[in-house]
Amino acid sequence: MFDSSVVEAFLEASVRLGVPLALAALGETVSERCGVINIGLEGSIIAGALGGALGALAYASPGVGVMTGAAAGAGVALVFAAFVVGLNTDQIITGTAVTLGGLGFTAALYQVRFGTTGSALTLPTFSATPIPGLADIPLLGPAFFDQPPTAYLAYLLAPALWWFLFRTEWGLELRAVGEEPAAAEAAGVRIGWVRTWAILFAGLLAGVAGAHLALAHAGTFAEGMSAGRGFIAIAVVVLGRWNPPLVLAAALFFGAASALQFLMQTLGLDVPYQLFLALPYVLTLAALAGWVGRSRAPAALALPWPRDATRP
Amino acid sequence: MSEIVGVRTIWRLRPLLSPLLAIGVTLGVAGLALWVGGYDPVAALRALVRGAAGSPETLASITMVRTVPLLLTGLAVAVAFRAGVWNIGAEGQLYAGAVVATALGLVGGGLPAGVLLPLVLLGAVFAGAAWAWIPAWMKVRLGVSEVITTLLLNFVAIDLTAWMVHGPLQEARGVFPQSDPIVAEARLPTLGPGTRLHAGFLLAIAAAVGLWVMLRWTRAGFGLRAIGAPGNAGAVSGKFDVVRLTVGVFLLSGGLAGLAGGVEVSGVTFALYENLSPGHGYTAIAVALLGGLHPVGVVATAVFFGALEGGAGAMQRDAGIPAAWVGGIEALVILSALAMDRALRSGPAVMVSTGNSGRSTSSGLDV
Repeated sequence: MFDSSVVEAFLEASVRLGVPLALAALGETVSERCGVINIGLEGSIIAGALGGALGALAYASPGVGVMTGAAAGAGVALVFAAFVVGLNTDQIITGTAVTLGGLGFTAALYQVRFGTTGSALTLPTFSATPIPGLADIPLLGPAFFDQPPTAYLAYLLAPALWWFLFRTEWGLELRAVGEEPAAAEAAGVRIGWVRTWAILFAGLLAGVAGAHLALAHAGTFAEGMSAGRGFIAIAVVVLGRWNPPLVLAAALFFGAASALQFLMQTLGLDVPYQLFLALPYVLTLAALAGWVGRSRAPAALALPWPRDATRP
Repeated sequence: MSEIVGVRTIWRLRPLLSPLLAIGVTLGVAGLALWVGGYDPVAALRALVRGAAGSPETLASITMVRTVPLLLTGLAVAVAFRAGVWNIGAEGQLYAGAVVATALGLVGGGLPAGVLLPLVLLGAVFAGAAWAWIPAWMKVRLGVSEVITTLLLNFVAIDLTAWMVHGPLQEARGVFPQSDPIVAEARLPTLGPGTRLHAGFLLAIAAAVGLWVMLRWTRAGFGLRAIGAPGNAGAVSGKFDVVRLTVGVFLLSGGLAGLAGGVEVSGVTFALYENLSPGHGYTAIAVALLGGLHPVGVVATAVFFGALEGGAGAMQRDAGIPAAWVGGIEALVILSALAMDRALRSGPAVMVSTGNSGRSTSSGLDV
């Protein structure tokens, strides 16, 4: 029953479903490390999906699509940054608005461009690009190293961001902004500047995640196709304890939980499909309950800066 | 002297000024966006107003019917945010209430309406509260932020509802993913012949008044506001059981959102559907904030959003503008409210975070 092709397909699906989450969550890790929780990530992902679709369509190239998707994601994040950093508004509320706006305006734009009843869009899609040598490893090779290039970006970013955050001067400054903004400011760190760049970086990666959904998963754009991945990415960051390699692992864990539905179908188990859709969320909640209590969020997470700006 | 009184009066009206300015800015930006999108903004506005309030009949049957779930979930969010509890899960709690209300409304045949109807609505309240108890427990016992848990539970609730209408609660014919209609005794009466406006509207208004009284005049209401006030945690801990109060806020908030789901089933749809709520629980956040987290303000903004969403249908029909624009317009309302708020330096939606769990509260506006 458990022949290797079934396991191979399950692992491949786990990685495929985990990659967009990993990209978005890695960006969010950086922004949360400097004290910004961005619930608007979902807005950046859906904007990335539409931006990616339009770019790929215009230039008949998924590569261009990734770039336009990244730009669209960063553009949405810029709105978030303008409010949160520029006007010092509340992060949760601003993020909620950015998500609502992202979902609403992408749907509206899509209908302006392609009509309300237009048939589904067919996009130039990414084909999997096997990495010579690595792709031939039994079981793991096809799952991890025969994926679209965006997956490899996630693999490379996890260690690179760990190194950046924990082994460089800039990373230290960024974490200081998230832990002790007053001390960081006294040491000459420009808090608004750091936070703005971190937000834009997270938006950029969320845009790539959206483009990946449109160009590597679906081959089309659909309204609301981000399907809550921005929210899940935020849970994944907590699950990965704000540490990039662990965040990548947590995203793949969620991907595997989502891929279970395919495995169960293959094995012919008669469990209602909808319960499997709920499973990743339940497992994430269980994982949060199980081990997050022992970890700690950046001390200044979700706090405005300057602290007293809202109090006359 | 009289000048000072005048200035004072205006100062006291600040909380009103900010939402009104926000709505003005939103109309301007939305009009511009529509114009850029190739639509006629004036025709759009006219269609919207006609669709939402063209006649007393449309006002009652379209706008007010749409207002009810927004008001109940808006109150749910407002009471939570007042106490610094980030309940983003009104959507899931609404679904929990709708599922239980439907189940009771299906099996309760034979009971008189005077028994069954309260049972259905109370069941919805308990279901919403029970669903909100999960993140409450995870917050106070395990220290997991409710922002994440309430969001995740929304997805679980929606998937469970989908399972219900494909499985245990599916109609007897087994064709469509929906439940059978609930029995007549489980349905809310309409408020007059020829209108779709149901008694749930009165229930929602009563909930707003009740919440206002509770917040303003009761010890629990005072404690609730106190735990949400910035920098107050230490001062409050001696006088109130903060853990109990926090859990209580979750249950109250979840119960109100659950009631919204029960009222939708019992007053509007009479059956359970997969997409029962078009995101009322998320729109509720905008409703609560624009209403200054004040029960009376929430009534006003719920009617405003009810008109916006109710009129969107006519806007699509008469002016050819996709209803999807409304989602974007709601986002503009929140952002303009935040910006106006900042511009006025105070007002209803000023939120100040205090602790590292991201708790936060409104300032400036007393109940």
